[in-house]
Formats: sequence, C-alpha cells, structure tokens
Amino acid sequence: MRRYFGRKLLIYMLTFFLAVTIDWLIPRFMPGNPVQTLLGRADLHAEAAEVMYGYYTRAFGLDVSIWQQYLNFWKALFHGDLGTSVFLFPMPVLEAIKNAIPYDIFLLLPAILLSWFAGNKFGAFAARRKWLDNTVLPLGYILTATPYMWLGLLLAWALGIVLDVFPISGAYSYAMVPSFSWAFIKSLLTHWFLPFASIFMVKFGGWAIGMRNMIIYELEADYSHYLEALGAPRKLIRKYAFRNAILPQITGLALDLGVIVAGALATEIVFSYPGIGYLILQAIQNQDYFLLQGCFLFIIIGVLLANFAIDIAYVLVDPRTRMGMQGEAA
Amino acid sequence: MTKQKKKSEILYFALRNNRLRVGLAVVLFFLVLTFVGPLFTEYSPDDYVGPSAQPPSPEYWFGTTTFGQDVFTQFVLGLKATFLVGVVGGGLGTLIGVLVGFIAGYQGGIVDEILNTLTNIVLVIPTLAILLIIAAYLEVRGILTESIFIGCTAWPWAARAIRAQTFSLRSRDFVDLARMSGMKPRKIIFTEIAPNMMSYLFMTFILQFGGAILIAATLDFIGLGPTRGISLGLMMNNAVLWSALHLGMWWWFIPPGVAITAIVGALYVMNVGLDEVFNPKLREM
Repeated sequence: MRRYFGRKLLIYMLTFFLAVTIDWLIPRFMPGNPVQTLLGRADLHAEAAEVMYGYYTRAFGLDVSIWQQYLNFWKALFHGDLGTSVFLFPMPVLEAIKNAIPYDIFLLLPAILLSWFAGNKFGAFAARRKWLDNTVLPLGYILTATPYMWLGLLLAWALGIVLDVFPISGAYSYAMVPSFSWAFIKSLLTHWFLPFASIFMVKFGGWAIGMRNMIIYELEADYSHYLEALGAPRKLIRKYAFRNAILPQITGLALDLGVIVAGALATEIVFSYPGIGYLILQAIQNQDYFLLQGCFLFIIIGVLLANFAIDIAYVLVDPRTRMGMQGEAA
Repeated sequence: MTKQKKKSEILYFALRNNRLRVGLAVVLFFLVLTFVGPLFTEYSPDDYVGPSAQPPSPEYWFGTTTFGQDVFTQFVLGLKATFLVGVVGGGLGTLIGVLVGFIAGYQGGIVDEILNTLTNIVLVIPTLAILLIIAAYLEVRGILTESIFIGCTAWPWAARAIRAQTFSLRSRDFVDLARMSGMKPRKIIFTEIAPNMMSYLFMTFILQFGGAILIAATLDFIGLGPTRGISLGLMMNNAVLWSALHLGMWWWFIPPGVAITAIVGALYVMNVGLDEVFNPKLREM
C-alpha cells in the first residue's frame, strides 16, 4: 500500500511541477514578446501603453535572467502571489479565484458523484435486459456524445425561456443580497438546478453505458459461468459481476475528471454561473492573462486533489491494493 | 481458418450488425453533407446576406443570425472543420498513443517506466486547461493548429490501453519465435504484434476522432477556437454571445449541437458494433 501511494504521490508531484512550469513557460516562449502581444491587443493610448509596458515587464519579471525568473515564479507561488487581475483591478488573482471556488464545489461535487452512482446502478440494471438495453442505451450514447454546453443551451432554452420555470443566469437572483434566509437558499437552488442537470445528464449516459458493457464482460467470465453451473441464483451472479465491474469504473472516474472539468467550464459559461469557468471566459474576453494562468493552476490542483481522493477510495474498495499486490490502478 | 475466410466472416457480421450500420449511415450522411452542402449556397459564412434574425425559410434554410449571416452556410462549413479536427486531431492522438504504447509495452524495463510515468502525468492534466493556456497566447489560430494541439494532448489513454495489449501479446509463443529467429524489434512490432490488434487500433482511432471533435467544440465555445473561419463550436459561441437564447433564436444554436451530438454519438455506436463484430463473445445471442 505504501508503494501504491508513494507511486501515486510521485506522479502527482511531477504533474504539479510540470503544470507550473508550463504555466511559466508558455507566455515566455510563445513567438513574440508577450508584453507587446498583450498591449497590441489592448488597443491603448500611447501614454497608457507605456505605463502598461512597464507594469507588465515588472509583473512578468522579464528584467532578470531566465533562471532567476523561474525561481521567482515558484517563490511567488508559495507566497500565494498569482499577480493582480487586470479586469477586476485591483483585486489579486487569488482573491478572484477564492470567490469562484465555492460555486464550483457546490456544482461539481454533487453532479459528479450523483451521476456516477446513478449511472452505474442503472447501467448494471439495464445490462442483458433486452427491453432496457434496446431503448435506454441508445439514449445513453446520445447523452454521452452531447457537448455539455449544448445540452445546457437546450435546457436553458426549453425550461428557462419557453416554459419559464427556471432562471438561466447567475448563481442567485441579481435582486438579492447573499444572506442566510429561505428565500435566498431557494434562489440559490433554482439557479443551481439547470447547470447541475446538464452535467448530470451527460455523465449519467456515459457511466450507464460503461457499466453495462463491463457487466456483460463479467457475466461472460469463467467465474460467472461456473457459478451458473453450480446453480447460484442470478441475483448473486450479478452482484459479483457488479463488484468486479465497479473497479474499472472508479479508475474511469479518475481518468474522466479532466473531461468533466472541461464540460463544467463550458456549462458555467452558458448559465453565467460564477465559478472558475465563467471567470475564464471573462479573463479571455478582457485579455486578463494573470487571471487565466491562475485559473489554470487551480484547475490542476483541484484535479490532483480529486485524483488523490479517488486513489484512497480505490484502496478501500479493492483489497488487492491493500495487500500490497498489484491492483488494477497500480 | 484461412485468412480469406476470416475476412469474409468479419464482413458477414459487419454487414449484419445494426449498430454498425446505423452509426456508419449517420456519419456518412454528415460526410456527404459536408461535401455537397457548400454547392447549395453561394455565400461565405461571414457575409451579411439578408435581413437579420430570420427564422428558417425556403430562402434561408436554417434562418439567419443577428447580423444577417446565413446559418446554413455556417453550418456546412462548420461541419468541414469538425471532420478536419476529427481526422487530424484523432489521427495524431492515435498515432502518438500507438507509438508510445507499442514501445513501452514491447521494450519494458526502464523505457516502459519513463514512458508510463509520462503517460500518467499527461493523463492527469486536464487537456482543456493546457489547450486554454496555449490558445490564449497564440495570436492567430487556425483549425489545423487547433487539431494538432488537440492530438498532442489526447493520446495518453490510448497509449495506456495499447501498452496493456502489447504487454499481453509480447510473451506469446509466436512473438518469442520471431525474436529467436533474430527479427528486429521494430519488425516484430509491425509484423507480429500490430496485425493482431488491428481491430483494437481502429476502434481507438474512432474514439479519438469523437473525443477530438468534442474537445474542439468546447474550446471553440469558450472563445479560443479558430480566429478565422467557422466551426460548429464557434457558431454556438456566437449565438450565446449575442443572446440568441434570450431572443429565442433557436435556429442559431440547435443545428451545430445536433450535428456534433449525432456524429460523435454515431461514432460511439459504431464502436460498439465493431466490438461485437470483432469479438464473438459479445455478439447477440
């Protein structure tokens, strides 16, 4: 088990190191001078441009040697200094991200976990049941092939505009001030529902199909046939199949996190939901590169933490990793 | 069984597999539309051709945008971009994945250790986050550049899967025999191992194809798509930016999503069909 976690931690540390390096590298080694590029696009007056040039050069720390720049970047990072946002000036990038993160957790955690549980249960139930297999699974394929933002657009249009039952913009009513009251919580939940539903539905389809295919493989495995020959009840065989099939689905959840995050970003943009995704859109539209780079780092950190949580869950579920044997995810 | 007979058996099951037939039909339909569609329009996607915000009509089949651009023109040209991203991005992703998977799986030892660590690292980093940061600093972005970047970041899961397959084939008798007869590793990989997992490689390509399309759509939607030209994701991006949602202009954002969903969904269904064709255990009983 120590070997298992040691290996995982090493990979995560290397990943973080690489991500920070990329974050530092890209603005500096893209063709052209990043400062010139930024200013060229900002369309400023000559005087303003000069001031901004000085600011950016200092902010990027371009006036020292390349190695010193790299070290300084890490130093600043450990002090929690990700620069200052241009578009939310003078708010530090870290502050802007801190404000956005609760919304991301509130949206993503339930969407990911619930879709995973529901999808797996349903997929296992549908496997080898002709009627369900032929009606619901095609739907699953359609759902999992749907771009998140498009499903979001459809839901917003159908339920928000045409039927007018759900609000389609923001995290709570713009007329309200955050407070701990029923009216506010209700507003929070109604605004949360549509983005949640679009992420949930896309992922539900994916997990259901994955589970259904896994169960079919397991039901064809030797141990299932053996149990059948022994006369074990069908329910028991399916239970064993489920337990074996759930392991790759846990690994699948870890592998899929990046895709889910991408989908969530796009969904937040559709619903102007004030999480990291919406922040990224604003950063792009306002040429706010420090904010963008900060968001990048936080996405990586979030995904790494989630991966680690899944690793722990895997150890709890799969006894082989606990016994020091090589499990599936090792 | 002779090779000829095996081929015809696969063809026999392929032609009778409903999933494969339906999937292939949908993909072919959109492929034909991509080539034939532009013949039915004399506009270019950015032209201001008519009155603004018109619903679909005999004159403007898919309606017009807020600026009076023809949605049908944008749609068929966007399809072309989608297929281009799929072929180039998916193809490149498969190629890198296959190479890394073969080398790591066949060589083993330290080479495998390094490649596997690299694969795991790239696997953890969310693809979109990297593409985001690269695209933001690129001044001019074309669809081809986008595809190449997508391909360069999408390969890890393919590499992982192919590595595992190669691993299991490596110790088979016929590979041992080839090794003993002094065959070079490269030749063993391409003449002994690869042909035995051709079906697997093809299915990997199909999944990479669909994945590349979805990533490109997301990237375009966020506003980091091609700076010139049109794509389906870009259409949705424009529709949202110019509040098509609030104005009820459904014809602007529904067609691009339908096309992406149909193509990617059809590819996935095709993949299941192929799986059944190649793997007798999965055929309907």
